[in-house]
Amino acid sequence: MAWETVIGLEIHAQLSTNTKIFSGASTAFGAEPNTQACAVDLGLPGVLPVVNAEVVRLAVRFALATNSSITERSQFARKNYFYPDLPKGYQISQMALPIVGPGELTIFDGEDNQKTIRITRAHLEEDAGKSVHDLFTGQTGIDLNRAGTPLLEIVSEPDLSSAVEAVAYAKKMHALVRYIDICDGNMQEGSFRCDANVSIREKGSDVLGTRSEIKNLNSFRFLERAIDFEVERQIDVLEGGGEVMQETRLYDADRDETRSMRSKEEAFDYRYFPDPDLPPLLVEQSFIEQVRASMPELQADRAKRFVNDYELSEVDANTLTSERPTADYFEATLAASDSALAPRLAATWVMGEVFSRLNSDGLTLEQSPVDATALAGLLDRIQDNTISGKIAKSVLDNMWESGEPADKIIADKGLQQITDTGAIEAMIDEVIANNPEQLAEYRAGKDKLISYFIGAVMKASKGKANPGELNKLLKPKLDG
Amino acid sequence: MDIHTKSLAEQAELLQQRKVSSVELCQHYLDRIDRLDSQFNSLITVDAERALAAAKRSDEKLAKDEGGPLEGLPLIHKDIFCTDGVLTTCGSRMLENFTAPYDATVVQRLQNQGMVMLAKANMDEFAMGSSNENSYFGNVINPWKVGTVPGGSSGGSAAAVAARLAPVATGTDTGGSIRQPAAFCGLSGIKPSYGRVSRYGMIAFASSLDQAGPFATTAKDCAMMLQAMAGFDERDSTSSDEAVPSYTAGLDQSLEGLKIGVPSEYFAEGLDPLVAKAVEQAIEEFRQAGAHIKSVSLPNQGLCIPAYYVVAPAEASSNLSRFDGVRFGHRCDNPVDLEDLYKRSRAEGFGDEVKRRILIGAYTLSAGFYDAYYLKALQVRRLISDDFQKAFNDVDVILGPTTPTAAFALGDKKDDPVSMYLNDLYTVSANLSGLPAMSIPCGFADGLPVGLQLVTNHFEEARLLQVAHQYQQITDWHTRAPEGLD
Repeated sequence: MAWETVIGLEIHAQLSTNTKIFSGASTAFGAEPNTQACAVDLGLPGVLPVVNAEVVRLAVRFALATNSSITERSQFARKNYFYPDLPKGYQISQMALPIVGPGELTIFDGEDNQKTIRITRAHLEEDAGKSVHDLFTGQTGIDLNRAGTPLLEIVSEPDLSSAVEAVAYAKKMHALVRYIDICDGNMQEGSFRCDANVSIREKGSDVLGTRSEIKNLNSFRFLERAIDFEVERQIDVLEGGGEVMQETRLYDADRDETRSMRSKEEAFDYRYFPDPDLPPLLVEQSFIEQVRASMPELQADRAKRFVNDYELSEVDANTLTSERPTADYFEATLAASDSALAPRLAATWVMGEVFSRLNSDGLTLEQSPVDATALAGLLDRIQDNTISGKIAKSVLDNMWESGEPADKIIADKGLQQITDTGAIEAMIDEVIANNPEQLAEYRAGKDKLISYFIGAVMKASKGKANPGELNKLLKPKLDG
Repeated sequence: MDIHTKSLAEQAELLQQRKVSSVELCQHYLDRIDRLDSQFNSLITVDAERALAAAKRSDEKLAKDEGGPLEGLPLIHKDIFCTDGVLTTCGSRMLENFTAPYDATVVQRLQNQGMVMLAKANMDEFAMGSSNENSYFGNVINPWKVGTVPGGSSGGSAAAVAARLAPVATGTDTGGSIRQPAAFCGLSGIKPSYGRVSRYGMIAFASSLDQAGPFATTAKDCAMMLQAMAGFDERDSTSSDEAVPSYTAGLDQSLEGLKIGVPSEYFAEGLDPLVAKAVEQAIEEFRQAGAHIKSVSLPNQGLCIPAYYVVAPAEASSNLSRFDGVRFGHRCDNPVDLEDLYKRSRAEGFGDEVKRRILIGAYTLSAGFYDAYYLKALQVRRLISDDFQKAFNDVDVILGPTTPTAAFALGDKKDDPVSMYLNDLYTVSANLSGLPAMSIPCGFADGLPVGLQLVTNHFEEARLLQVAHQYQQITDWHTRAPEGLD
C-alpha cells in the first residue's frame, strides 16, 4: 500500500527581550541557578503578572512578516498542571484568543517547487524552569532562571508532507525570526525548538490518520530523523494490522528512535481558563502601524534590492539573503571597502571562500575569524590589482589563522603583483630563452603552448606577475 | 485611658495635637490585645517590638510636624496580606511558617502614610468561609456574644476592631468577607470597586472577585483608610488607573434628594424578620432625611450564589496550585516520590473547606464541563451586572440587608456548607459585578448587630461613604460597642 505523510509543526521561539514576559527579571542565559528568578517567577503567594510590552511588539512583528492576522483583543489563559519546574502550578499561555491568527510561509519543497504552508496561529506564553536530575543523588534540582522567559509558539497547519519539507519549513522559520530580530535562533540553548505532529494515511485519502506528537526537537537533523523514524514506525504498525495510538513521543537521539511518553488516556486535562490576573491584551491599529514602520527589511525585499542595486543574479541574491547574518556581512563588506568594491566580487568571495572555510571549521558567520571589514581589506587589493585572486586565497588563509589584516600580510610577505612591464618582459625573455623547443613548437602552430609559457612566467614570478600585463606582453614576444 | 473608644479620626486629631503620642496609643492597644484577645482569638501574630519601633519613628515625625493624617495611627492587617519579615499564614497550616520577602501594596501604602501595624488577624483559611471556623489557628469569637461567630472570612479583623484592639483593620472581600463580618460585629466596612485597590501581595482566592478594604467603627474612618489604600498599581494589571477622588471632602453633603433603590428580591424568603425590621427602620430614617426611596428589581438575584460558587472555586483551584510543597509552605515528611510529595503536602496543608473548593473548581474547569459550568457562570455574571446597571439608571444607591441573619452560633452551620454559603446571599452580587459596597450597623436582633448594605455604581465610593456617613450623623448604632471590654 502507498502511504503519504502529514506533518504539522509547533515551533517555540524564545523572544529576544531583556526581561521576562511577566516580570522584570533578566532573561540572560547561563546565570547561576535561581539567580534570575524574582518573586513573580517563583510564584510566591500574592504576586501578580504584568505583561512586558516588548513581547507584544515582537509578536506583531512576526504577524506582519507572515501576513498573519493580528487579534485586536487577545487573551491570556492558564494551562493548569503540576510539575516542580512550573512554579505556579499553571503556565500562562493563550488558548481561545491567540495574539496572531492565520498566516502563511512559503518554502521550497524537496524538488525546488514553491509551497505555501499555512500558519494556524502564534501565541505568547511563558517558559517553565528546568529540572536538573543528574547533579544530586536521589534528588532533583530546580532551576527557575528560565521560568517566565517569553515564548512565541508558532503552530502550522498539517500542510507538510515529508521530513524534508518539515525541515525546509523549520529552517525558513528559523531564518525569518532572526531576520525580523525577534529570536536569536540559538538551538543549543533552546531558543528555537520544534514539536512535530506526525500521521500517515493512504495515498489520496482526505481523512487524517491518528497522529503522534514528538516533543522538543532541538536541531534540524533530529527533526528530520525523528519524523523519518516515526513515519516508518507508523507504516510498520498499520501494515502489521495494528493501530496508531494518539500519544506524545520523545525522540532519543542516541538510539535514533522515538519512544512513547504518555498516551491519550494519560494526557493532562489542562483545565484552561482565561487568566483573571490579566485583562484582555489590546493591540491597537496605531501600534501595529508603529511596528510596521520600524520593521526590519524582509528576505524577499532584500533579495530584490540586491538584484536591483548590486546587479546580482537572482540565485546569488537569494543565497546571500537566506540568512540575515549573511546578508548583513555582505553589505558590511561593501560598506567597509575603501574603493567602490564590485558587489559581484564580494558576493563570490562571501559565498565561496568565506563559506567554505566556515564550513570546514564548523563555524557560524558570527564566529568568523575574518569579519566584514577584514574581508573588504582583502578584496580591495584584488580590485586594485595589488594581488591576484589566486594569491588572495592564500592571503585569506593567512588572515584566517593569524587574524592579521590583508595589507600587513601582503606587505610582510612581499606578495604585491608585479605590474612593472619591464620586469615582466625580462622574465618573459628569460623563459623564452630557456625553452627553445617549446618556442619552436609554438611557432610551428601549437597555439595551446601559450598556457605553458604563462605558467612558466608565473612560476618564475612566484605568482606575482599581473596576469593581464603578462598576457598582453607574452604573445607578441612568442610570435616574434 | 479610654482612647480606644474614640474613632480613628478623633485619635488622629489627638496625635496631631500631641495630646497623645503614637507610642502611648500603640502601647495602649498592645496592652488591650495582651489582656483581651485570649477571649476572641482574633489575632495570629502580634509584633509589639516592631510596632513600638515604628510608633517611635512616627512620633519623631509628628514632633517635626511631618507626616499625613494617618501618621502614627495603629492598625491590624488581615493575615492574607504579605508583610516583609512578618509571618503571613493566610489562616492555613500550608503557610504556618511562611514569611514573604515583600510587602503587599496595601501594606506598603498604609505604612508609607505612617500607620503602625500592631498585629495580623485571624481569618478563614485562604479567605474561604463565612464564620472564621475554617482557620487552622482556631475559631474567632464574636466580641458581642460568647459562642457566636464573628463572620468571615475577615473574622479576626472584625472581631479585633469590635473589641477595640485597634481602631481599624484591613480585610478582603471576595463574596462578602468584609461586609458580612462588619455586619456581625457592628462595624463599618467597605469593599471598593474591583480594581480600586491593588491586589499585589494579597494572597489570591478568586482573582476576579477579590478586593481589599478597611474595617472601622465609622464611615469617616473607612474614608480615611480607603484614601490611602486606593489607586493604580503598576504591579497589578487589574488595578484601575481611574483617578482617586477625595473620599472625605464630600462626606458632609446631605441626603436631600438622594435616590435610594430597595430591591424587592432582598426581602424574600430566608431573611430573618428581626433583620428585616432593622433595615426597614433604616429605610425610614433615610426617607425622613430627605432621600427618595424607590423599589427596584434585580431579577437575577437568585442566580448569584450558584454563579459565585462556580467562579470563585474555579479560580481558587488554579490560584492554590502553587502551594505544592516544592518551593515554600508545608511539605510532608519523607516523600517517597513526586506524586507523594504533592498529595501529602496538600492533603496535610489544606483544611476541609479549601479542599472542597479546589475539588469543585477543578471539576467545573475540566474538559467537558467547562462550558456547562464556568462559561455559563460567566454569562450569568454578565446578567447580574446588567441588572445593577439597569437599576442605577433610576437610583443612586441600592440598599438592603447585608446578611439574612445576625451572627449565628459557633458550629451551627459548620457541617452544612450550603447553608453557610447562603450567608453570602446579598453580598456576592457586588463582587460578581465589581461594584463598591459597604456594610454599616443599623440596629440589633436579639442583642446582636445588624448590618445595612449600600451599593453604588463603579468607582462611586465617595458617594457610598457620604451616604453611610450621613446615616451615622442621624443614628448612633455605629457608636455601640460590646460591653465589659474596658
